[in-house]
Amino acid sequence: MSIMLEVENVSKSFGGVQANKTISLTVPEGEIVGLIGPNGSGKTTLFSSIVGQHPIDEGSIRFEGEEISKLRVPQIARLGLLRTFQQTRIYGQMTCVQNMIISASVRKTGYSDLFKSQRHSEHGRAEEMLEFVGLYEKRFLRAGELSFGQQKLLEFAMALMNEPKLLMLDEPTAGINPTLINGLIDRLKRANSQFGVTLFVIEHNMRVIMNLAEHIYCLAHGELLAAGTPDQIRNNQDVVDAYLGAH
Amino acid sequence: MNIPLQKIIGYVAIAAVGLAAPFVFPNYHSQMAELWLFVVFALTWDLVGGQMGYNSFGNVLFIGVGAYACVVVQVGLFYNIALYTASDGGDQTIYVFDLAQYLTGLAIGLPVAAILAGLVAIFFGSVVLGMRGHYFAICTLGLGVAAGQVAAGWEWIGAGSGMTPPNPPDNIHDLSEFYYFFSFVLAIATFATIRWLLSTRFGLALNAIRDDEDKAEAMGLPTKSIKVTAWMVAAVFLGISGGILGNIKRFIDPIDVAFAGETYGVWMVLMAILGGKGTIWGPVIGATIFQVLKEVFWTYLLGWQRVALGLMIVLIVVFFPQGILGWTREKFPQLFGHRVDRKLAREPAE
Repeated sequence: MSIMLEVENVSKSFGGVQANKTISLTVPEGEIVGLIGPNGSGKTTLFSSIVGQHPIDEGSIRFEGEEISKLRVPQIARLGLLRTFQQTRIYGQMTCVQNMIISASVRKTGYSDLFKSQRHSEHGRAEEMLEFVGLYEKRFLRAGELSFGQQKLLEFAMALMNEPKLLMLDEPTAGINPTLINGLIDRLKRANSQFGVTLFVIEHNMRVIMNLAEHIYCLAHGELLAAGTPDQIRNNQDVVDAYLGAH
Repeated sequence: MNIPLQKIIGYVAIAAVGLAAPFVFPNYHSQMAELWLFVVFALTWDLVGGQMGYNSFGNVLFIGVGAYACVVVQVGLFYNIALYTASDGGDQTIYVFDLAQYLTGLAIGLPVAAILAGLVAIFFGSVVLGMRGHYFAICTLGLGVAAGQVAAGWEWIGAGSGMTPPNPPDNIHDLSEFYYFFSFVLAIATFATIRWLLSTRFGLALNAIRDDEDKAEAMGLPTKSIKVTAWMVAAVFLGISGGILGNIKRFIDPIDVAFAGETYGVWMVLMAILGGKGTIWGPVIGATIFQVLKEVFWTYLLGWQRVALGLMIVLIVVFFPQGILGWTREKFPQLFGHRVDRKLAREPAE
């Protein structure tokens, strides 16, 4: 299995705060990889570094073998590396269907394609994806009118609409009610198996991440604390001390 | 494509009113021509301010560039511009334009105005569109003011004493009807272009930038190019309308006509807000109401007209910030297609 994302010795500091310290990790193609750690341990900073939101201080980030640490956000997104946000971000005044259509992949299209009329096939796919996350009935509502949890689902659907190769999800289940969480885990797994999207997931809900991920990295104080399978992580004393706490 | 009957009737009605108006109200040609230009101002402002969420207070820049570019071409094709402006903007006995010259000047001048305004938008847009929110607004305000000052200090184009467009040939006395129809067609062309743009993915991209630009970027949209393109489209139409405006007014003052931030610059924002930001018909409705009110104030409240207009601006911004169509959409969302559709989806896959 080839390596899709390779982060090597990445460091990033904001003023005196060292948010990431020489972090190295890999995400193999087709897998679901988890990223856990206490609040402020640098998980979201690492995500932002990977997608090019801020320059990294040192290190290298490669996506499918290509160095991307110098590229800008839209360029990286067009390569097929996408993220969702912890604070859900959708286009509030547009309808769900419009949110979906404008999220359709721009990877294989040029600038002039923006001036073509909205295609029927896109409408169809938009509705299919909304159905996939259970928002079909609400498709003509403005996205801003949806509840927080529904917006989170919409954001997930928008990401899938973009047909990314690698999707990085920042706390996909935060703020979603417990009954919906199981459905979401199932959908994440299906996105991975059916649509072939590699997933890299930040998650605080241990039940979710242990269920979902095949491989987990744990950060603490900006450094990589541990890596391994869910079972190895669960039994790693450092992780228990820093994050999980003794039960 | 299927267009509903009501819409066709609506368009035909507007076309009929637009075509008949100059014959029904022969004394109001210039006011009505101005109305159509206002429609262009409001529509183009709304494309960037309403649809894309970038509130520009400097779009007069493009009107001014268009006005000067057009008249410089009109004159420059046949006479030396420096001498023309030095003679107090065109001594009628020396600088005569026959019909062919007059029309040639316009035919070349207006496209030049459009292109130059578009280029100016690309140039400044690549810089100032990197700024967001208030920073963009203030920066564009500065651009508009600075442009006025530059024009007011540039001897070649008449500096502070402005520039007079060529006098129409003697055998044509009244060009007001000609300019009325020109403005009318320009307004329709602007409306059609923007309507088309909004029906494409480009239109959705503008809305996406308005709602959350960071998200749009993170989804891979080339936001910078999209923003510059939108401003350029606005500028092209404003450039043409500037060229027409100068010829209707028959005098281009650098600050009161060309780069008139205090009047046109503020009014175009107000018209779009009054009608409803981010809607296609809002700016049209807003411009119409505004122009009628403005003329009423100027006729019946002379001396107090600016006070009345200022008061109206305050009232609209405070009590009616969503505008007519914005308010309607808030109250009756289903009219705009925002509804829960309980119709069952196809059987879920698997």
